[in-house]
Amino acid sequence: MKLELRGITKRFGALVANDNVNLVAQPGEIHCLLGENGAGKSTLMNVLYGLYQADAGEILLDDKAVKFAGPGDAMASGIGMVHQHFMLIPVFTVAENVILGHEPTKFGGRLDMQAAREKVREVSAKFGFEIDPDAIVGDLPVGVQQRVEIIKALIGNAKVLIFDEPTAVLTPQETDELMAIMKQLRAAGTAVVFITHKLREVQEVADKITVLRLGKIVGEADPKSTSSELASMMVGREVDLDVEKSVAKPGKPTFKVEGLSAWNHSGTKVLDDINFEIHEGEILVIAGVQGNGQTELTEAIIGMHGKTSGSIQLDGRELIGKSVKQVLDLGVGFVPEDRTEDGLVAEFTIAENLMLDRSDRKPFAKGLNLQLGYLKQFAQEKLKQFDVRAQSIESTAAQLSGGNQQKVVLARELSRELRLFVASQPTRGLDVGSIEFVHEQIVATRDSQIPVLIVATELDEATQLGDRIAVMYKGKIVGIVPSSTPRATLGQMMAGISA
Amino acid sequence: MKRIMKEFTGGSAFLSILAVIASLLVGGVLIALSNQDVQTTATYLTARPSDFFHALWNAVFGAYDAMFRGAIFNYQAQSSQEMFKPITETLAYATPITMSGLGLAVAFRSGLFNIGATGQIIFGAMFAGWVGIYVDLPWYIHFPLAVLAGIVGGGLFGALVGFLKATTGANEVIVTIMFNYIAALLLGYLLKTPLLQAPGAVNPISPPVKDSAKYVFFLGDQFRVHGGLFAMLIAVVFVWWLLNRSTLGFRFRALGHNPSAAKVAGINIGLTYILVMGISGALSGLAGTSQILGSEQVLTLGVAASYGFDAITVALLGRSNPWGVLFAGLLFGGLRAGAVTMQADQGVPVDIVLVVQSLIVLFIAAPPLVRSIFRVKVSKEAVA
Repeated sequence: MKLELRGITKRFGALVANDNVNLVAQPGEIHCLLGENGAGKSTLMNVLYGLYQADAGEILLDDKAVKFAGPGDAMASGIGMVHQHFMLIPVFTVAENVILGHEPTKFGGRLDMQAAREKVREVSAKFGFEIDPDAIVGDLPVGVQQRVEIIKALIGNAKVLIFDEPTAVLTPQETDELMAIMKQLRAAGTAVVFITHKLREVQEVADKITVLRLGKIVGEADPKSTSSELASMMVGREVDLDVEKSVAKPGKPTFKVEGLSAWNHSGTKVLDDINFEIHEGEILVIAGVQGNGQTELTEAIIGMHGKTSGSIQLDGRELIGKSVKQVLDLGVGFVPEDRTEDGLVAEFTIAENLMLDRSDRKPFAKGLNLQLGYLKQFAQEKLKQFDVRAQSIESTAAQLSGGNQQKVVLARELSRELRLFVASQPTRGLDVGSIEFVHEQIVATRDSQIPVLIVATELDEATQLGDRIAVMYKGKIVGIVPSSTPRATLGQMMAGISA
Repeated sequence: MKRIMKEFTGGSAFLSILAVIASLLVGGVLIALSNQDVQTTATYLTARPSDFFHALWNAVFGAYDAMFRGAIFNYQAQSSQEMFKPITETLAYATPITMSGLGLAVAFRSGLFNIGATGQIIFGAMFAGWVGIYVDLPWYIHFPLAVLAGIVGGGLFGALVGFLKATTGANEVIVTIMFNYIAALLLGYLLKTPLLQAPGAVNPISPPVKDSAKYVFFLGDQFRVHGGLFAMLIAVVFVWWLLNRSTLGFRFRALGHNPSAAKVAGINIGLTYILVMGISGALSGLAGTSQILGSEQVLTLGVAASYGFDAITVALLGRSNPWGVLFAGLLFGGLRAGAVTMQADQGVPVDIVLVVQSLIVLFIAAPPLVRSIFRVKVSKEAVA
């Protein structure tokens, strides 16, 4: 089935999220919709899926105009969607999830689970998924859950399948597997629309690339385009995918971690005798697969981890035993790994978020009174300086895209007098333009002779950003190596084999 | 729980107003249904429909008219004093409800579901009452001291909940509910001991509060409204300042919206719990002083009346916004004052007002219901 969007326009108040967008997806073709966060990709797909009604334009299926009042209509017409955040019920089995909404019934309206299982097996076999229809969805790995979503769409007889940022939650290996599935779908004659901002994936599977920027179609790109060509189209200017930084000029080692161990609530050792030091004007990257103690390490530094032993020293002062407030007051800037959970108060305005950690002191407060006049001036200044794209400083953090949210966090943390800067996965989930900006800020911080600690899970980021790399595995540091170390060696270290 | 909290603090004033209107409409239906004339005329509805509609109009209009005369302005009264008495009754009822509602608003905005207003009012009344009854001082020291004692009493009782939550992680909902019983039973016990019981009394009742500790009855003794009204207005401004202009309130709100982010930003969560509950309890304690040093003047078991629970509804209806709470408090005061006249004049049971109050909660707790009744269009669409 051929899908065509013609002249779709969607406004939210003054904001035009989609401006006269045209898109054609042919059967047996993978059509990539490429764009930064906030470019209007998800809005477009929600219009197509009937979740939003377009202000102008039409949707055509096989050249016939259709109207969708809701997702039900879209599904009935053969459009399936695999959402970024899975729409699955974790306590249901695979079969139960898959039939939800169009349950097969036996005589008397009884649920026909046998038929449901059969259907799951049938589709699984066709694509080689090997999914047990009776497995509880919540117990399955994320990658497999996504397949359940795909099966769900396919059982609804989807002829057009939309993948909305499907790889955001997947490991590199799961991503490769998903790419293979997309190719299989293409071979089976499905029209695949693949929404993403990751260039490597686009280059691998796309037959056609449409680039969306600020709600408008910028143009179609050749699938053979290079990464930087695609990135410049997406961002609208030349972008540098490599981190530009001069050679580090390390000064004194002002931040030292010695013999640091930590235990979690159930008494398991989560950090095991960690030793390292960071010099002024140097970036140390903690690399490793997620969940090997990186979170606990940053928590211990910031004063949030309960049971610790050993020593963490900044400028000769011990941090262990100090409260979060005391640690921050000693000049530690901290960008948490989950910005929406730990970094920002979503309901607060940008301005309020900018003073979150200093609301009780000058210049933001005089006695118990907040100095809202000063805050306004401060926020406007930071908005400009950190290029936060928002309607005003009164916009809430929830209204911002991920990249802009991270800029707000950075603006807050970097506008204090720092003696140490700690950032945990600072570019997680960000688009190309924002990543570039965040990297620039981190390097600039280093160049102002501040020791910088970055937690990275992606090897590219670790090697590009770091001056030295410490690899963590199961709560221990496997080794500290220069950033010129070959990828293969680093990969081995991440699996716990010391270099 | 999180969703309930959101409804308490979010939502628009418009929906609150719609909820009130919807409740009054349903209340009208109930009044009509329970009316004798309406029932009789309904039996020959098809024969003479005009009788039925006449009776219907009389019942509903009569009841709400009586409520108006009881709560705002009695245009049927003989003297001007009688004419204006209703509005002062409304203000008298509204005073403790609003004070306590403000306290709960502070807690709700900070993400703490304080159900313990009743207990905190009782503690405020006990502290203020003890000072008012047994301490002998000139009025300019005695009165402020008694009020302060009430504020401290309610505040300490509230802060204790915050302390338990901070140190043991106890759920504040359960603790405050239990504390209501503790406060009520403690009051009952103390009213049987020489510490509070009036000498020679058989009933659980205290001696009267000394004149030097009472709120001023600024309109004269024939009116029940007293100086607590001004304390209430000061409290409204204080809570507005606290929540919107103070560093403390900023931390409270940060905690209410996102405790993890507050923690990472160096805010001392445990201490904040104690402060929130302390201030919340202190405002209910102030409501206690309005009761003991104003309206009641002796300490009895019923000193908190149903104000502790009305305060929850008032905070809900006012969306935990101090001005909203003030309006909601006045509305509830009016409903209470009007209910008395409604029963006396029209024979409509006072319980109808309770039903209307409950319906308000129902309609606010179910915003989609109100929206569908009034066909309010919501723009759920956010920028994706």
